[in-house]
Amino acid sequence: MKVSELMEALNLKLLTKDVALDGEVRGGYASDLLSNAMGQAQPDMVWVTMQGHQNIAAVASLIGLAAIIVAGDAPVAEDTLSKAELNDVVIFATEASAFEVIGKLYELGIGKE
Amino acid sequence: MAENKSLKLGFDVAGGDFERAGEASAKIKKMLKMIGVPADIVRRIAIGTYEAEMNVIIHAGGGNVAAEAFTDATVITVSDKGPGIPDIEKALQEGYSTAPDHVRQMGFGAGMGLPNMVKCSDEFDIKSVVGEGTTITMRFEHISEDL
Ligand SMILES: Nc1ncnc2c1ncn2[C@@H]1O[C@H](COP(=O)(O)OP(=O)(O)OP(=O)(O)O)[C@@H](O)[C@H]1O
Ligand SMILES: [Mg+2]
Repeated sequence: MKVSELMEALNLKLLTKDVALDGEVRGGYASDLLSNAMGQAQPDMVWVTMQGHQNIAAVASLIGLAAIIVAGDAPVAEDTLSKAELNDVVIFATEASAFEVIGKLYELGIGKE
Repeated sequence: MAENKSLKLGFDVAGGDFERAGEASAKIKKMLKMIGVPADIVRRIAIGTYEAEMNVIIHAGGGNVAAEAFTDATVITVSDKGPGIPDIEKALQEGYSTAPDHVRQMGFGAGMGLPNMVKCSDEFDIKSVVGEGTTITMRFEHISEDL
């Protein structure tokens, strides 16, 4: 599934401008602890978190994640977005809780392959 | 061809600078990608370098992040003149952290940084003297597991 299809299916709000949405999503990871995500998440995964500060962009870029979904209406700092755009990191926001987001991801078959 | 020819890249990072945190690791990652180090190795190097860079920013009041890429391996050296680590064995345990509350709120302080460095590198060395500082050396062989 492509990042753009994921956005539609989960009705996500795209926060980053001018970033490619044609990346393929392969699996997912959920954590609010950066070192945990850093050690466990794999390239092309979608990362569900409630952290919205700029270091999430660095983590996603270094691992090569497909996208970040900031769940539960958690605030995303402005400099997080500029940093993400600079590094081609896609960030979505949603009011849905992390639990709901992950449930929907599984319904879509992400994480089952 | 010179056998021990290498490419070096080093950056000073400032303590508490979350604005630029991760930039040194990102630049090193870019260089290694450019010179053709396999992608899965570059990713492991990026993880280890980032964890060490963040520790210098969070725990040591700043330091230096350096990469030296040889034909067969990359060596990352991260050093600081911070407070040092009193009990290294304890610091290497998963879950041990002295991170203050304000950085824990940002999702740091899981006590996973050093264990991540040990796991992702082929060789890991830490030298730390209380009151003098800490130096971490990680070696990554350029042999891809994807091949
Ligand atoms: N460069 C350093 N200077 C001084 N103390 C350090 C340094 N690096 C690590 N430490 C000490 O070792 C502990 C464990 O480090 P580690 O990176 O594993 O976890 P953390 O940084 O606390 O949390 P995390 O990396 O999961 O965000 C730190 O909390 C700190 O007490
Ligand atoms: Mg750490």
